[in-house]
Amino acid sequence: MEEGNTIAKRAGSRLCCLCNERKPALKRPKTLEQICRDCFYNVFEEEIHQVIVGNHLFKAGERVAIGASGGKDSTVLAYVMSELNRRHNYGLDLFLLSVDEGITGYRDDSLETVKRNEVQYGLPLKIVSYKDLYGWTMDEIVKVIGLKNNCTFCGVFRRQALDRGAAYLKVDKLVTGHNADDIAETVLLNILRGDVARLSRCTSITTGEDGPIPRCKPFKYTYENFNQNHTYAYFKKLDYFSTECIYSPNAYRGFAREFIKDLERMRPRAIVDIIKSGENFRISTSTKMPEQGTCERCGYISSQKWCKACVLLEGLNRGLPKLGIGRSRFLENSNDNRKEAKRNDGDRSIESKQCGSLDF
Amino acid sequence: MACNSGNCQSNCSQNEQVAQDDSIPAPTTGSDDGANNQQQQGVCLKCKVSPPISSGGGGSGDEARFCGDCFRTNLFGKFRLAVTSHAMITPSDNVLVAFSGGVASRVALQFVHDMQQRAQRNYEASKDRSLPVFGVGVAFVDESTVCSISNDEVEEAIQEMKSTVLELAPPVKQFHVVPSVSLYSSGSSDEKDRLMKLIGAVDDVTGKDDFLMHLRMWALQKVASENGYTKLVLGLCTSKIACHVIAATVKGQGYSLSADIQYVDARWQVPIVLPLRDCTAQELNILCRIDGFGSLKTLQLVNDHPSGINGLISSFVRLLQEENPSRESTIVRTAGKLTPFHFNRLPEINDSSVPLATLRRQKRYNLKPQESISSESFCPICNSPVINSDLPSCGSLKPFKFREFAASCCPSCQFQILPQDQSSMKEFYSLLPEGLVSRSKHKDNDNLDMLREQVQDCLLSNSDDET
Repeated sequence: MEEGNTIAKRAGSRLCCLCNERKPALKRPKTLEQICRDCFYNVFEEEIHQVIVGNHLFKAGERVAIGASGGKDSTVLAYVMSELNRRHNYGLDLFLLSVDEGITGYRDDSLETVKRNEVQYGLPLKIVSYKDLYGWTMDEIVKVIGLKNNCTFCGVFRRQALDRGAAYLKVDKLVTGHNADDIAETVLLNILRGDVARLSRCTSITTGEDGPIPRCKPFKYTYENFNQNHTYAYFKKLDYFSTECIYSPNAYRGFAREFIKDLERMRPRAIVDIIKSGENFRISTSTKMPEQGTCERCGYISSQKWCKACVLLEGLNRGLPKLGIGRSRFLENSNDNRKEAKRNDGDRSIESKQCGSLDF
Repeated sequence: MACNSGNCQSNCSQNEQVAQDDSIPAPTTGSDDGANNQQQQGVCLKCKVSPPISSGGGGSGDEARFCGDCFRTNLFGKFRLAVTSHAMITPSDNVLVAFSGGVASRVALQFVHDMQQRAQRNYEASKDRSLPVFGVGVAFVDESTVCSISNDEVEEAIQEMKSTVLELAPPVKQFHVVPSVSLYSSGSSDEKDRLMKLIGAVDDVTGKDDFLMHLRMWALQKVASENGYTKLVLGLCTSKIACHVIAATVKGQGYSLSADIQYVDARWQVPIVLPLRDCTAQELNILCRIDGFGSLKTLQLVNDHPSGINGLISSFVRLLQEENPSRESTIVRTAGKLTPFHFNRLPEINDSSVPLATLRRQKRYNLKPQESISSESFCPICNSPVINSDLPSCGSLKPFKFREFAASCCPSCQFQILPQDQSSMKEFYSLLPEGLVSRSKHKDNDNLDMLREQVQDCLLSNSDDET
């Protein structure tokens, strides 16, 4: 590789490889070239722009909500989206959408960050909270169910919360800061958990196109390796909150994450290879895909009679923390499968707190 | 119907020697309390006679539940179901068992031998001698030139293997020692150097590991076809397959994954069958222990501690398995839901000596082709099917054979095995065994043959007569 030799020479002369003017500040993870800060910003932003344009993620005039948690990925996303929207005239109406799960010592702090982002980037902010939507905070839920399976509750609730927030804002799309590592973890998790249906969907850059709100992930090809997002945020001195959720240590995703981190150290491109494998898996279109319907209780999109959030809520409100977790460990003393149990549930009266009606 | 599930708690008693002994309590129905009682009283769940393999609560679930005989029967049952339902071994076959000295291949060899012995007894007992007995051979790939084991250790191991194979008679089995250099057909003195240089040209640690594995497979194929074998039995178990699923995902080989993990893989000249696909490494280890099969520890060491990404994956799967003992099976089951390829089924047997039941069973279990047969391109190194979009249009590369070769490889081999710069690639190509190089040219003809075979049923035999 002749190029490699020239790069080595340039590195020796201690100037940025790309502009040859300024002092280098970091190494580009993919090519290990040394570049200066400004070139890094340009290259990074240009890559995201190419992903957005190349995958036709947006149309002019669309209202787009940015899922903002206050963490580095969503902060960088918010910053870059508003930057590119301005620079390349995407013509988008951008909003910040944040979810308050009710985790003291974690979410309340990161929400302060998002409120500051609203001011810093000039993007209107909407916060949806579990307490308002479901009547439960994560703290309360964890007190009832303990530290295993709490991520199941939070994930299901958050997804619906984002959709409801998006509906409130009347947006056409939702963008999230999921990066390549996240998607690679999801591919692995779906293999480990036996979920072929999800396996076929999880690598798409836009998901949920046939649902209420399509969701896209512009950072799909951004490695977390060498912390590109982190580096960008650090150099740009973006305001973000960098602690892990206090309930996460027991999440099953942790296994996949550990493995991916070790893997990245050995072979950085393995992350993108996992995503490529995920896209190329031979999954028959006649594989039992879930049929799309609506939840009988709240009207949200659901492949079963009740949406997962309603099932989980039902369990919480009736003091049956395991309801909806795992396969047939449904009701006590019941060996019937899930569908039968649901049929029973629908007939009984519900003394639970209402979840708000979904208005599409 | 023999119960193959290790967790079966029903009253299927295979043992003819049901004890009349009053001290053994009446068996309770399959509830947890009942099982606990019996375990406390130290009786196998299945036959309710012998004590379980490990009484006193130690050992894995299966060891505490079943006695040695029932455990072996369960395991052999899984093996036999796989063999019969996929018609892996028919009476007219000559089967080569790949033997590494490890636990899985030892069990594979033993079970194949047991099956052969049974067939032999039936043959001798039957009056008309209509069903011939299938032949069995054993092959060991000697990689001492490329690995770090000393010659003495390998010699010792080979002697041990020879005596093992000798003991597994009658029927007599031929034992082939296949040195890695046998891939080079010329028999000249520099083949060892060529091989060493070839392996040395691979920089990536994982790539080297995988390249050795591919060369091992080519060597087995060579010895199998040169000695008239019709099937190649590998001892790949659930655990190894689970690791392969993750490995293929991580190396960007998601497309070809479903080809490698089926019971049957007929893209090779000598089709590969995996009769131990449903057995976990743990079960095989238990069997080896209770039956006293010595495992060749030195060779085990090389096989079981791969370096690089493969090693990382092994420890990852082991960790998952500790957290949940059924994780390996779940992984294999998930991957099993991917669509297989047309070569993942054995061609329908037209042999009249095969019993009708076998033919019927094969028809039932043979995976139906789910898509139009497209002629696949195969990577000349790892033989995995390559998606057409990964292959460049070859017009511009024609003049240089080594470039054409490199372009025909799958992206994974291109990255981790082939050298990156032109001159090293040229040298690498010149060091390759002739068989690997010429293969890529013959593949197109094979594809056409396979296509014709698939549409055979639709072709009208007298179509030429119509005018």
